Amino acid sequence: MDFDLMITSLPKLLSATLVTLKLLSLSLFFGLFIGLLFAILRLNKNPIINKFAYGYSYVFRGTPLLVQIFIIYFGLGQVEYLRSSILWTVLKEPYWCAIIAFALNTGAYTSEILRSAFQTIKPGFIEAGRSLGISNRIIFYKIQIPIAIKQSLPAYGNEIILMLKGTSLASTVTLMDLTGVAKYIISTTFKPIEVFIVAGSIYLFMTFIIHNLIKYLEKKYSY
Amino acid sequence: MELLAFGKTGWGDELFIATLMTVAVSLTAMIIGFLFALIFTPLKLSKNKFLNLIGNFYTTVIRGVPELLVIYLFFFGGSGAIMFVASMFGYNEYIEINAFLTGSFAIGIISGAYSTEVFRGAIQSIDKGQFEASKVLGLKKPVHFFKVIMPQMLRLAIPNLSNVWQITLKDTSLISVTGLVEIMRQSYIAAGSTRDPLFFYSSAALLYLLLTFLSMKLINKLEVKYSRGF
Repeated sequence: MDFDLMITSLPKLLSATLVTLKLLSLSLFFGLFIGLLFAILRLNKNPIINKFAYGYSYVFRGTPLLVQIFIIYFGLGQVEYLRSSILWTVLKEPYWCAIIAFALNTGAYTSEILRSAFQTIKPGFIEAGRSLGISNRIIFYKIQIPIAIKQSLPAYGNEIILMLKGTSLASTVTLMDLTGVAKYIISTTFKPIEVFIVAGSIYLFMTFIIHNLIKYLEKKYSY
Repeated sequence: MELLAFGKTGWGDELFIATLMTVAVSLTAMIIGFLFALIFTPLKLSKNKFLNLIGNFYTTVIRGVPELLVIYLFFFGGSGAIMFVASMFGYNEYIEINAFLTGSFAIGIISGAYSTEVFRGAIQSIDKGQFEASKVLGLKKPVHFFKVIMPQMLRLAIPNLSNVWQITLKDTSLISVTGLVEIMRQSYIAAGSTRDPLFFYSSAALLYLLLTFLSMKLINKLEVKYSRGF
C-alpha cells in the first residue's frame, strides 16, 4: 500500500471534485426544470402531447447515458446547420455537452418521479381547494406542488446519487472530473487500488452528505 | 442505409455481433451478480454484527461509487492482482486477462450489490408466519429454503430484478473503455472510420432500446408465471 501516493494525490482529486460538483449541480438545476415540464406534459389529456412526453422519458431511460453523451458531443457536431448556428458556441464545448446530456437524462427520470408524485395526490385535496373557490393556478402552486415535492423526495434523493455517479462519464469526453483525474493518476502510476480508495472515499462522502440532506428535508416537509 | 449492410461493405454484421456480445456480457454479469447476492444477502440478514457490517460495506461502497471507477479498478488492477498471485507460485511472465472476463466481473460486482438489496427486501417482506410454519412442520433447512422461501421470494423479487437487469444492460456500455467490442465500442470504431458518429451512435441507442424493450416483454411473462396463485 503506497500511502505517500494516497496523500499526494488527495489535493488533485479534491480539486477535481469541484468539477464533479459543478457538473452535478448544473445538471440537476436544468434537469429539474426539464423534469417538471415533462411531468406536466405527461399529465396532459391530449394523447399526442402525452405520447411525446412518454417517448422522451422512455428513450432517455432505455439507453445508456454514455450513448447520450456521445450523440450530443460527437454526433451533433456533424450537423452542418447546427455548426453554423449560434448553438455551436455551446455545443463545441465538451463541458456544456456533458451538462446537456446529464440534464436531459436526469430530466427524464425526474419527470417520472414527479408524475407519479402528482398522480398519488389524493383528489380530495384538489376538490377541497376547488370548493373553497381557489383558482386552478393557485391550487397547482400551493397545493399540488408542495405535496408532490414531499412525495418525491426519497426517490429524488436516489436520483441525485445516481446523477453524482453519472457525472463520472464526463471523463469520457475529455473533462477532468473526479473520475477523470483518478483514471489519469492510475494510468501514470499503475497503483489502481490506492487511487480507488481515495477517489471512492470522496464519492462515498458526497453520497453520505446527499443522503442525510434528503433525510433532513423529508423530516422537515413531513406532515 | 448502405452503412448498415451486412458483409464487407457495411457495418450491419459487426453491429449484430456486437449486440450479441452486449447480451453475453450482461447475462454473465447478471449471473456473477447473483452469485455475489447469494453470499451477501445472508450476511446482510445475519444477526451477527460483524457479518452484517461486511454485507453493508459491500452494498454501500459499490452503490455509492461510480461504475466507471470500479471498471478502471478492475481494468488496471485485475492483471496486476493475478500476476501477483501467479508470482507466488513462481510464474513471473506478463499475464493479460481477457477483457470479457474482467468486464463481466466488474459489472457483475456492481449488479450483485443491487441484486443483494432486492433479495434482502424480498426475504424481509415474506410473512413471518411462513418461517414459523415451516419450523413447526419440522421441515429440513434445504426444503424450507427451496420449497417455502424461494418461490415466494422470487415472486416479490422479479419486478425489482428486472430493474437490476436494465441497469446491468446499460452499465455494459461502460466496458467499451476497456476495448471489449460490444455495441458501444463497435459504434465508436464505425463512427471513427466512416466519420459518421451521429448515425452510428443513434444506431447504438436504437439497439439498446430494442434490447431493453425485448427484455421487458420477456420479464413480464416471467412475472405472470411466478405470480400464479396470487
